[in-house]
Amino acid sequence: MNRQSFLPAVGVGVLVAVWYALVWVKIVDPVLLPSPGATFAALVKGMAGGPLLKDFLRTVERTGYAIAIATVIAVPIGILLGSHEKLYRSVEFIVDFFRSTPASALFPLFLVIFGVGDRTKVLVGAFAAALGILFNVAYGVMHARKTRLLAARVMGASPMRVLTDVMLLESLPQTFVGLRNGVSIALVIVVVAEMFIGSTDGLGHAVFESQQLFQMPEMYAAIFAAGALGYGLNLAFLLIEKRFVHWSGK
Amino acid sequence: MFVSGGERVAGAGSMSAAAAPPPAATGEPVHITIRGLSKRFGDVVIYDNFDLDIPRGRFISVFGPNGCGKSTLINLIAGLTPIDAGSILFGGKTLKQTKIGYVFQNYREALFPWLRSIENIEYPLKLMKMPKGERDAKVERLVQHLGVKIDLARYPYELSGGQMQLVSIMRALIVEPEVLFLDEPFSALDYEMTLFMREQLQRIFLETGTTMVLVSHDLEEAVYLADRVLLLSRRPARIADYAVADIARPRSDATLSDPAFVHLKGHCLEVFQREVRRA
Repeated sequence: MNRQSFLPAVGVGVLVAVWYALVWVKIVDPVLLPSPGATFAALVKGMAGGPLLKDFLRTVERTGYAIAIATVIAVPIGILLGSHEKLYRSVEFIVDFFRSTPASALFPLFLVIFGVGDRTKVLVGAFAAALGILFNVAYGVMHARKTRLLAARVMGASPMRVLTDVMLLESLPQTFVGLRNGVSIALVIVVVAEMFIGSTDGLGHAVFESQQLFQMPEMYAAIFAAGALGYGLNLAFLLIEKRFVHWSGK
Repeated sequence: MFVSGGERVAGAGSMSAAAAPPPAATGEPVHITIRGLSKRFGDVVIYDNFDLDIPRGRFISVFGPNGCGKSTLINLIAGLTPIDAGSILFGGKTLKQTKIGYVFQNYREALFPWLRSIENIEYPLKLMKMPKGERDAKVERLVQHLGVKIDLARYPYELSGGQMQLVSIMRALIVEPEVLFLDEPFSALDYEMTLFMREQLQRIFLETGTTMVLVSHDLEEAVYLADRVLLLSRRPARIADYAVADIARPRSDATLSDPAFVHLKGHCLEVFQREVRRA
């Protein structure tokens, strides 16, 4: 085993130690900052079949739908735009503009159109993720190595074969950059949506409700659960990428 | 060896035929006939009414000053760059009717990293819709024929530079092309590997008899491998010389000190420097 692999644990250890110290010297109001032990107990209790697990799974579900819808829409459009550079140039500004617009600013609009149900939460998340994915896919297709395209052409590949055999695969590493970005954005949007728009479940709702009820260990537990979810999703996409885009960065 | 009474190899740049020495006629059958070739990039004229004959089954090295259009020439012939005017025929056939192979300088970017080496080599056959069994047999024959000792189940990025370039040469050869174009194929390799690959390429040439057109920026390499060395002028490119390399094959390290080799290399260098100095 790598001798350096314990290093991440050092940071975690220090953080927990500082946290204990803060609680012990009572610098912060104990109501606002429960001990790591109490927080961890709340996390385990909530996740082991408690209400937190249900909220966690609801957030996973919404984020999953959001990223799935975003992918299904953005990948084909990204390929189309990327393989027609003039077309891309003509919509580049629109893509960049809405990519730069905070998706949370669109909540009211989506609420008016889709109502207060799950649809709005999922769709705003999907919208935010889609533009990032679209941009990265188009960029990946456009920046396919010229030599590789020429090589395929000189071997007699038709334009369609060049697209399917070379451009698409060339764009995969960049597509995964977009997907990882997209899943992070979608999670942010879904959690925020769960906090405010008439929600009854989800991690955002769990954080907000325990804060309202001053159940601080539960609130921290929900925050950590959200953090673990974000980290886990990113890691999952990295592992998928490593498995299927083995040539990435080589 | 030489076919007498065949078509004459003749092809001085017609616009300035007087300035350029006429290329030596060797009476060999012509494979590629280029007539009136013109190409410009924006305002820069690279070729203007350019004529050239490339003999069949011969190894032609293309050498000339930087930016004179060496690589552009083979890209125009191979159809990678569209021509502005003129005609290029392969034994009377068009490019579409002709099987060609092309080896790029940048093997890392020319190979498909998502395919294993063997799948890279098979790819042109797949485009021709050849069934899997036949493809495998064909690759196997080529491997045997060339005596290649690379683990072809590996991905290209798992191979060394020389091995990668060998894989891309095999990918070009698998369709049994009539002409093989090589654009500075060894310039990204270290010297030791370059020497090794030169031998490999010479062996492939002797075994297959394929017409080969090599662009090189290394005069020693160009002369060492060539039956004829095509020396180009500054742009718009004319034929500065089309020297015959009458040196026995197979060539080896001893060739480098062979008087015929030394003389030809000296001659090519002289022509090259004359062209470089020409304002």
